[in-house]
Amino acid sequence: MRLDEFPTKFPRLPGAAPIWHGTVDAQEFRNLCEQVARGGGKLVALWGSDEVARDAGYALHVSLVTALGMLCLSLPVAVERPTFPDISDLFPAANRMQRAVADLLGLHASGNDDHRKWLRHGSWPRDVHPLRKNFDGSAVFPTETDAYRFVPVSGDGVHEIPVGPVHAGTIEPGHFRFSIIGERVLRLEERLGYTHKGIEKRFESMNLEQGAKLAGRISGDSTVAYAWAYAQAVESVTGTAVPPRAAALRAVLLELERIHNHLGDLGYLGNDVALAFGFAQFWILKEDLLRLQGELFGHRYLMDKVVPGGVACDLDRNGCDRLLQLFGHLEREIATLKNIYDEHAGAQDRFLTTGRVSPDLAAQLGLTGLCGRASGQAWDLRAQFPCAPYDKLEVRMATHRNGDVAARVTVRFEEVQESMRLIRLLLKQLPTGELRTVPGDAPENALGLGWVEGWRGEILVALHTGKDNAIHRLHPHDPSWQNWPVLEHAIIGNIVPDFPLINKSFNLSYTGVDL
Amino acid sequence: MWLAAALVPVIATDLPLSPAVDVIALVGIFALARVFVSLAAMDIGTSFGTLGARREMLVGFLAEPALLMVFFTASIISQSTSLITIVETLAHKQFVLYPSLAFAAVAFVMVLLAENARIPVDNPSTHLELTMIHEAMILEYSARHLALVEWASALKLLAYTTIGIALFLPWGIAEAGDWGALPLALAALFVKLTAAGAGLALLETISAKMRIFRVPEFMGTAFLLAVLGMLIRFLLGS
Repeated sequence: MRLDEFPTKFPRLPGAAPIWHGTVDAQEFRNLCEQVARGGGKLVALWGSDEVARDAGYALHVSLVTALGMLCLSLPVAVERPTFPDISDLFPAANRMQRAVADLLGLHASGNDDHRKWLRHGSWPRDVHPLRKNFDGSAVFPTETDAYRFVPVSGDGVHEIPVGPVHAGTIEPGHFRFSIIGERVLRLEERLGYTHKGIEKRFESMNLEQGAKLAGRISGDSTVAYAWAYAQAVESVTGTAVPPRAAALRAVLLELERIHNHLGDLGYLGNDVALAFGFAQFWILKEDLLRLQGELFGHRYLMDKVVPGGVACDLDRNGCDRLLQLFGHLEREIATLKNIYDEHAGAQDRFLTTGRVSPDLAAQLGLTGLCGRASGQAWDLRAQFPCAPYDKLEVRMATHRNGDVAARVTVRFEEVQESMRLIRLLLKQLPTGELRTVPGDAPENALGLGWVEGWRGEILVALHTGKDNAIHRLHPHDPSWQNWPVLEHAIIGNIVPDFPLINKSFNLSYTGVDL
Repeated sequence: MWLAAALVPVIATDLPLSPAVDVIALVGIFALARVFVSLAAMDIGTSFGTLGARREMLVGFLAEPALLMVFFTASIISQSTSLITIVETLAHKQFVLYPSLAFAAVAFVMVLLAENARIPVDNPSTHLELTMIHEAMILEYSARHLALVEWASALKLLAYTTIGIALFLPWGIAEAGDWGALPLALAALFVKLTAAGAGLALLETISAKMRIFRVPEFMGTAFLLAVLGMLIRFLLGS
């Protein structure tokens, strides 16, 4: 099949986003992936599911994005021979996702030599797979010694620095293995999975309504994006139409989340170059916004405000005015602070050319989201495949081609401004009407996908339904899966003390990929 | 560090230990302390201890010559390398602006920032272990050992600040044998230390930490300024 034929050959999933889904065999699977990779498309997510209960063995699913929309492919995998064709040569980011599938479900990529574990850290045995349906979620295993083979670098004067998972500050756990010569980094290898909580298994014991709360807690800083993606998936399988007022309010919440995260990051980036002034100033602004969010919506970080079918909050005239008033203040302050950052020789010396990811490298490795846009990868769901209410807003994408820390700072500044513009437009013509349509019952064995541009990048929630509105399988996908491996490349040739700055400029989620 | 602090004329010039050593020995004592802190850091056996010790040595070996040059400029003016004599000479002179001392003062501030792990060379409040210099060395220390190390670095900062005050703002210090001047000297010291603290806070707020490989340039500048100060004294006699 030719790639451009998929919209006519495969059925389109109901819902706002342009997503087509088809079941294919191994050869067709590999063939379509090759065409997507050749055509400049990207891999969004890869996950597996256990269909043994309905005599269909296992299944592997991938979501690919092309210029036409999203193509979701399902590949049945036999129980006797649980393998699927390797696609990490086409999409390098697939490597870790495939290893996670091997750990959790026991499906292996044939032809890939990297058989190391990824999410399994010695807390369950190699031949036990938690996401199989015959696995008991309450089982406890003796802890194994956690042996992991990092790729060694040899040569005269090369030595290793192991960093983490316990760090000097209170941050999420991750292990970084640097191979360095002097202060220069030759290679960095990450090891994540320290916060594996079994979220996916937990979802399987919930129904569609209960799942909403957990979805909002997959990664706390992207709670609106996850909750919206989950809601979209539920709305897709139940055929629920979201009232226009709820859709507009969702966009307001999502943009607020983008603003407060970007403000926090801009402050942290100042702090990481020891510019305590910038840190304090940006965090005052962030705190102002969080407090107002707490007052207006009842939760500082906007948790549980997006629910399947609509929203669980409202905004009256007075609330709009207070928000706009704060925006006036934010805009002035941010403009001043941007000037200070731009003019500060010491800070610019640290930002410029540090951690550079060239547009070519970014395209090759599939860098996505905010970091991708700072490296010339012009992908933004809100601009390319806008669902309501973005379809009426003409979102301006912020892109940059330098791909260094300075570029990621600039993109953040521009996105904050754009988000404030969008919220102003939304509030100006906030539709009246219902806040929520209660979703009906979902059919069994249906697939629903939710696809939302969070502040970090595109978040995908894939929902397979079971009997009586139960969740059969749910895979939440964070853009950090794609971007963590690129961070390993961004640091090459830089010096060790610049790593925290580069890492912060990416600001990737640990919990979102450890699941 | 206690020994070093005991050698610096803070409020009075009549010190029990001061006849024993001069500024060169003082620099030597600082260097000795650095050697032992670095050895203690490597003793931990983690990569961070060694990494910190390595960086500390890089900063230290560049800061030392600049510090010596600063002292030499002052000692040429007073014709002595004894800190007491330098301070007494400078405090007794009429208020004269020495261009040579002005250069030396700037160089000294740069050395002070580098030697005491302050921004822009190091960041004493950071939690980012990969960027640390001084903190990396003491990362594995806890409880009373950490307290001792922290105490030593606080003493070092105090010693450096008081050296700066003694060299460049000696007015108000009590002379040998003049007990009555002590309260006034104490008050003067308090004012001067407060001003120095405020100045340090200001410097740290407005500057960002530099890349570690800029430190040699920074220390090179300090050395250059110190040498300039000395040359001005030599060639122009001012």
